[in-house]
Amino acid sequence: MDLTPIFLSLKLACITTLILFVIGLPIAWWLSGRDSIPKLFIEAIITMPLVLPPSVLGFYLLLAFSPQNALGKWLQEHFDIRLVFSFEGLILASVIYSLPFMVSPVKSAFIHLPGSIKEASYTMGKSKFETLWYILLPNIKSSLLTAAVLTFAHTLGEFGVVLMIGGNIPGVTKVASIAIYDSVESMQYSNANYYSLILFSITFIIVLAVFVFNRKSAKSPLE
Amino acid sequence: MIEINIKKRVKTYAGTDLIEVSASFHDQRITQITGPSGAGKTTLLKIIAGLIKPEHGKITVNKKVWLDTSASINLEPQKRNVGFVFQDYALFPNMTVTEHLHYGSGDTQYIDRLIAIGRLDAFRKHKPKHLSGGQQQRLAILRALATKPKLLLMDEPFSALDHVLKKNIMSELKALFEELKITCLVVTHHPLEATGFAEHSFELI
Repeated sequence: MDLTPIFLSLKLACITTLILFVIGLPIAWWLSGRDSIPKLFIEAIITMPLVLPPSVLGFYLLLAFSPQNALGKWLQEHFDIRLVFSFEGLILASVIYSLPFMVSPVKSAFIHLPGSIKEASYTMGKSKFETLWYILLPNIKSSLLTAAVLTFAHTLGEFGVVLMIGGNIPGVTKVASIAIYDSVESMQYSNANYYSLILFSITFIIVLAVFVFNRKSAKSPLE
Repeated sequence: MIEINIKKRVKTYAGTDLIEVSASFHDQRITQITGPSGAGKTTLLKIIAGLIKPEHGKITVNKKVWLDTSASINLEPQKRNVGFVFQDYALFPNMTVTEHLHYGSGDTQYIDRLIAIGRLDAFRKHKPKHLSGGQQQRLAILRALATKPKLLLMDEPFSALDHVLKKNIMSELKALFEELKITCLVVTHHPLEATGFAEHSFELI
């Protein structure tokens, strides 16, 4: 039994979660501030992957990064980067596709913190960054964990976007969800069952761990 | 001397309200600020602390300009060296009593003294959720003092304390204020609450 698709899925989920943790936190922090029209516009765009059919997102990413089109051609000519049918392309697509899963819980947690604790820190002479680091982030730990896990699990389970931009190249873009589909297509049900069972187990353990960790710190473990 | 001359429009259920304050407060003295609900007592304290910006006005503290809207001067709250006791305490849920105080000061001896004033010695390692309402309020007062501020702004700071404890803490705070030359403005709903504590009074209408 070839375990490569499982490892590829885990690798993709880990890298995507890490990247989204780094870019998602500042975005969530910024969005949690005072409302403005540009903010609403950007928030709507970030939320789009939640409601958009994954194949639509995958289709446009495929068009955008295709070497036949302007952006894809420019990337290939100037940086030797080819994003379609490559693992790097999968990472980029996953980052876009899972962005709302990282940003929404963290933004919501920032908003629900009482504004006065931030103010208390400022009056103690602490900068915005010190306040974020020592006060705000430690008090939204459970939401950070939830966001990271949702992002990880969502990336692990994505199918449409991955298929559109990555195709089905063994060892490169053939992640577990594609491998399941591929096995069913070729009537290899035992293989499909094998991959499915592993994905099911990994996801269940992760979600259970979140529930155990967050059982005291949040009203609902998926908060 | 603290001189304040500000105008701030605030949103209310009935629309907007204009808070207009013109006052001067004595340096190194305790002044109580009273007034009906909605008069803008908390807003005034937050404006002095730099947490809210008024549309128009000027605040000078010992001749240093903290705010002057006509000259676009607005000193950041971090640079005002102000202690603030919030009405909702605003304690940090992730920090113990000692950590709250160490967040503002590295002076261990001073922190020990503050903990003694607040009668919180037995609760040093407790987080806010494991403290009673009165203990939380005392911690909020101590934390505001941790940075050794020159101006202390207190919003209903004794409402959760019993009479005897309140009296004892007030007298110890007063001694500390004198020693550290702290100017204090106390907002209270009940003019009698700060009796014996405040030396001056200002009514916000």
